[in-house]
Amino acid sequence: MSAVLATPPAAQAAASAPVRQQAEPPRTRKKILRRLPAIAGVNGLLLVGCAYMILPLLWLVFAATKDATGLYSGEVFAFGGAFLANMEQLFTQDGGIFVRWLVNSILYAGVGAVVGGFIALMAGYAFDKFEFRGKGTWYGLVLVGVLIPNTATVIPLYLLAASVGLTNTIWAVVIPTLCNPFSVYLARVFSAGYIPDETLEAARVDGAGTVRTFLRIGLPMLTPGFVTIALFQFVGIWNNFMLPLIMLQNRDLFPSSVGIALWQSQVQQNPEFSTLVIAGSFISILPLVIAFVLLQRFWRSGLSAGSVK
Amino acid sequence: MALQIRSGRSATRRRSIPGTGGRSAAIFLIPFFTLFALTMIAPVVYAIGLSLFAEKRSGLGFGDATVDFVGIGNYLAVLSDRAFLEGFGRLAIYCLLYVPTLLITALVLALLLDAAVTYARRAFQLLLFLPHAVPGVIAALIWAYLYTPGVSPIVKALAAGGIEIDFLSVQLVLPSMVNIAVWEWAGYNVIILFTALQTVPREVLEAARVDGAGEIRTAFSIKTPLVWPALGVALLFTVIGSLQLFTEPKILSSATTAVTSTWVPNMWAYDAAFNRNNLPEAAAASIILALLAGLLSWAVTRFTSKERTR
Repeated sequence: MSAVLATPPAAQAAASAPVRQQAEPPRTRKKILRRLPAIAGVNGLLLVGCAYMILPLLWLVFAATKDATGLYSGEVFAFGGAFLANMEQLFTQDGGIFVRWLVNSILYAGVGAVVGGFIALMAGYAFDKFEFRGKGTWYGLVLVGVLIPNTATVIPLYLLAASVGLTNTIWAVVIPTLCNPFSVYLARVFSAGYIPDETLEAARVDGAGTVRTFLRIGLPMLTPGFVTIALFQFVGIWNNFMLPLIMLQNRDLFPSSVGIALWQSQVQQNPEFSTLVIAGSFISILPLVIAFVLLQRFWRSGLSAGSVK
Repeated sequence: MALQIRSGRSATRRRSIPGTGGRSAAIFLIPFFTLFALTMIAPVVYAIGLSLFAEKRSGLGFGDATVDFVGIGNYLAVLSDRAFLEGFGRLAIYCLLYVPTLLITALVLALLLDAAVTYARRAFQLLLFLPHAVPGVIAALIWAYLYTPGVSPIVKALAAGGIEIDFLSVQLVLPSMVNIAVWEWAGYNVIILFTALQTVPREVLEAARVDGAGEIRTAFSIKTPLVWPALGVALLFTVIGSLQLFTEPKILSSATTAVTSTWVPNMWAYDAAFNRNNLPEAAAASIILALLAGLLSWAVTRFTSKERTR
């Protein structure tokens, strides 16, 4: 396990994959034919698994192109003609409040990802590179933080925020997201993998201070780790529902998740809200899906670092 | 846990580099631990304090309320509340259904990905992982539509085949919710388990092949035990995650009357705080949930580390 931890997770996953493939016996035609049932079976099952994951998303894409009557009747996996009308309705409903919700989501998740990620990166770097008294205890505290369910602290957070008058402000939803113990854990793994101790010793011999060494040498080497941590925090905050739901009463401060849930709660009385809900859902998952497709290398390395516990 | 051992080992292994002592470490750690104290410790301490008192109004509710120390009175009130206990029962059934379903699904998909005959591994991984990019609210919304008769292609297809089924009925809404959570989290765990499977030494698999073990046999008798640590981590996070159940039932409660406002303990606490205005009881319920999570995490870690050393 410690040998596994010594190499950066991304490099290790990349290194082990091709090795296994090379080791496979050369595929002759006969062999492939003989293995055909196995190949068909395994890939067929995987296709079924993927269909389960993708079809609900495809349903959303098609539903976003339909008007309310199209939604309740007609072909499921066919485009309707109301996509532009739906978008126009979405962005003009209640004076264009959806744009505001999207901006709020981007703001909360962006600040939380960048600032929170940086704070976690500093702590993880310190746990990896520095020696100090009580290090084990402090790190134990971080691990306890990883294990406390978020939702169990949300109501206590609300009670505390209410006692100091911070509810219904941006701070109530931003400050709690800046503290992410799991990111500290990831940062420590990345720091151990990406920054050789010798590099820091060399910098010290050259007379650079601790902070300067971190900013000039540590940080650039940790950039891939930072992107990974920030990506996971961004997604986590974007997807967070209970915290903003409880903290915010002012609709202008809602992130998109709470806003869409608000519209959904009105569908019972006004069925035409369902097209709004669907269009809003479609728009608000688009940035995340694009981020995941473009940043594959980073979430892969984050997940493999998380699994070597 | 392996983590603690690791931190202990690195402390003794590395000789200290000058200038990496306590004072420099403090500069880097103070921001995080300040936030940690403010957002994790302080709220819990404050909630514990609040949960020991009760607001009592005299007579018919006129006049000033008095705040009395009631000790564990609120905890007893929460634990003897019928709706809360029913919610706990539902949460327990949900965990018993969700945790094995999720882990078995994820393990089977990861083993399939790892099988030597699999093509297009990266594409499969991306497709399986994609639902994780969908916020819980929207995942619950999509499935709520896919469960609703009239809109749902699934209900329509089943009805055409002669099967009338109501996914949102009192009996089926819990498994329906398990399905939403599996959809959201299976891909995430597939990647974690697949990464662990990739580190299984090739010689071991070769030896199994020489001994005449087939792919399926190798997958379950050799690969699976070797990724037990990763499976343990997945189990731990799945159990903690399932205790958090709130978003999905909250969204489904607007689509069906089968989900009440106190359907799971988290919703009970939300209802106590915002509909019944009983903050002390909401605080007590949150503390009970946090304690339960701690207890379960401890049990899972004990269980998995024991299995590993066996």
